[in-house]
Amino acid sequence: MYKILKRESLNPTVTRLDIEAPFIAKKALAGQFVIVRATEHSERIPLTVAGCDKNSGAVTIIFQVVGGATMGLNEKKEGEYIADFVGPLGTPTEIQGLKKVAVVGGGVGCAIALPVARALKAQGTDVTSIVGFRSRDLVILEKEFKEASNRFIMMTDDGSYGEKGNVCIPLNRLLESGERFDEVITIGPLIMMKFVAKTTEPYGVKTVASMNPIMIDGTGMCGCCRVTVGGEMKFACVDGPDFDAHLIDFDEAMQRAKTYAPFEAEAREKHCNLYKKEGN
Amino acid sequence: MPGFNMRPDKNPMPTQDPLVRNQNFEEVTLGYSAEAAIDEAKRCLNCKNRPCVEGCPVGVNIPDFIALAAEGKFEEAYGVIARTSSLPAVCGRVCPQETQCEGKCTRGIKGEPVGIGRLERFVADYHNANGKQTANKTKSNGHKVAVVGSGPAGLTCAGDLARLGYEVTVFEALHTAGGVLVYGIPEFRLPKSIVEKEVQGLKNAGVKFETNAVVGRVFTVEELKTEYGFEAVFIGTGAGLPRFMGIPGESAKGVFSANECLTRTNLMKAYEKDSETPIYPAKKVAVVGGGNVAMDAARSAKRLGAETVYIVYRRSEKELPARLEEIEHAKEEEIVFKFLTNPVEILADENDCVCALKCVEMELGEPDASGRRRPVEKKGSEFEIDVDCVILALGTSPNPLMKRTTAGLETKPHGEIVADETGKTSLEGVYAGGDAVTGAATVILAMGAGKAAAKAIDEYIQSK
Repeated sequence: MYKILKRESLNPTVTRLDIEAPFIAKKALAGQFVIVRATEHSERIPLTVAGCDKNSGAVTIIFQVVGGATMGLNEKKEGEYIADFVGPLGTPTEIQGLKKVAVVGGGVGCAIALPVARALKAQGTDVTSIVGFRSRDLVILEKEFKEASNRFIMMTDDGSYGEKGNVCIPLNRLLESGERFDEVITIGPLIMMKFVAKTTEPYGVKTVASMNPIMIDGTGMCGCCRVTVGGEMKFACVDGPDFDAHLIDFDEAMQRAKTYAPFEAEAREKHCNLYKKEGN
Repeated sequence: MPGFNMRPDKNPMPTQDPLVRNQNFEEVTLGYSAEAAIDEAKRCLNCKNRPCVEGCPVGVNIPDFIALAAEGKFEEAYGVIARTSSLPAVCGRVCPQETQCEGKCTRGIKGEPVGIGRLERFVADYHNANGKQTANKTKSNGHKVAVVGSGPAGLTCAGDLARLGYEVTVFEALHTAGGVLVYGIPEFRLPKSIVEKEVQGLKNAGVKFETNAVVGRVFTVEELKTEYGFEAVFIGTGAGLPRFMGIPGESAKGVFSANECLTRTNLMKAYEKDSETPIYPAKKVAVVGGGNVAMDAARSAKRLGAETVYIVYRRSEKELPARLEEIEHAKEEEIVFKFLTNPVEILADENDCVCALKCVEMELGEPDASGRRRPVEKKGSEFEIDVDCVILALGTSPNPLMKRTTAGLETKPHGEIVADETGKTSLEGVYAGGDAVTGAATVILAMGAGKAAAKAIDEYIQSK
């Protein structure tokens, strides 16, 4: 059992939990993930490490409530325990030697992009962060992101905060104006990462996307997390989660992410009905 | 000494009715009664040359335990098995006896061999139900050994070392100990309560278990030795990434590795109402492969509600590598076998969901390196099988994690860890065994490797 040291609601659907896991805190690097199970009946889900504190032994996860598993996790209170917390899994994001990088995050993906931006900044890399949200009330981690960036660009789909539009607009503008990045690192919804890759491709800028497919064991055993990269089958849990975004088959990944969509809808319904009953 | 029973056939194993059991996850075989066990035990001739013992990878003293069982001394019989095997109730259920002990049995020359597996299971179940679970803790010799992976190799190695007085800690990546016995082999073939009991037995003997601990990530092998004070490390990390065929359509929705299906079903209990792990609601399933894992996946798919389940295998029935009993049980449960059939493409509909499996017919040609006749494609024989799910049970390649995180650990080109017959690897004090060394094999071979490594680790530490 793993204790929840801190719980914070970042926006109506995004929650931050600090979990007591000193051995993982000691080892986890930006880009790695953990497998989490809220209760002994819950699904195993992968969540990217959003930060860790070696001194207190806390590992931070930030997640969006989308289905049964994340709903279950969201119901847990500060001081309570979750059943399982395994990691750090996957290969850390490669940041060595990078001088100038654009970090492009979308939605809850920003929580995962933040440790990467921080690690880059800490090693002296010039960091341009472009973050996108649907609207102002969904914005998370703005202050933290600003601190980890030399330049910070906020985008919202509806224009309620920052610039109006998606993250590709300022990225394209910078590239067009002659900005040269060693690398673009993108973390967010698959559709966003697909278009970030399309934006950078004509400029020949190396682009890395962090994939978050469905997983079970997360250690290289079940083959569930396979992603086609450059025509080859790769496993996000051991070969990734970071891959060359120009080689990822995003359309296929988007289809595969929907494998259990009907089941997820049913799980949501079940949880909601539960609340209704409790409310009565 | 009771008289011999010269009946040529084994006492039959009572089973659940096939068409009832293919709708539930309860154990298929029900086990002998005490009367049937005594009767079967009396079939053993107690041969002087003991060919059966030679056939057992862990060297169970088979005639001795059977002689005690024939006298109704089941607890004593258990004691004999337990001296050499850490997992009697498991082996009695999942060993391929027909190619091991029973394959060498003298009674098998004329008629059926003695039902050694069935007797082993009876004796182990008898002990679990009636025996005293005494904490047989050997006094500590002060030496610490780490075991990576809690599958059959790791459990055996841990058990043998604990018996010798070592302080053993088993590190397991998943949330439950047991490895393939828990995530792979289905409940209907090996109830998880039995694995739990075997693990509890090791805990009683002083073995510590650390679940949710991925060695290579949270601790490296090197750190276990230098920072945590383990004098030797045994790596029994088992089979790794599932193999795919490399044919078009393998990324469609509805294509799974057998490992994924079995993990969802067995470890995550997706068939139970309160499990939140989803399972794909398939109605017509093709399982590709002919080993035990293919049988397990096919029979699980049936139990999860599939109406039609095919086993698609490129060779003929004779070459099926699965255990005989599993093949028979699968047939009884209305699994449809398509022999000499090889998939060439998985077809998907407009939503990228599987809608058919395109195959070719095969015929057997000249023997290949394995000695089995090589299947050759029949020209122009393409046909489609109407399915909504394809499960690939084609074996696995070793997990790359150990290799990538352990400097100096020598591996073969495909990633298997290089180890000699005692489990010794290229690193001092590091031993390995089971599927991580051999590639996908059987529970009992992994146990044999765990046993050999335990002996070698003991000799290594004592000689330091």
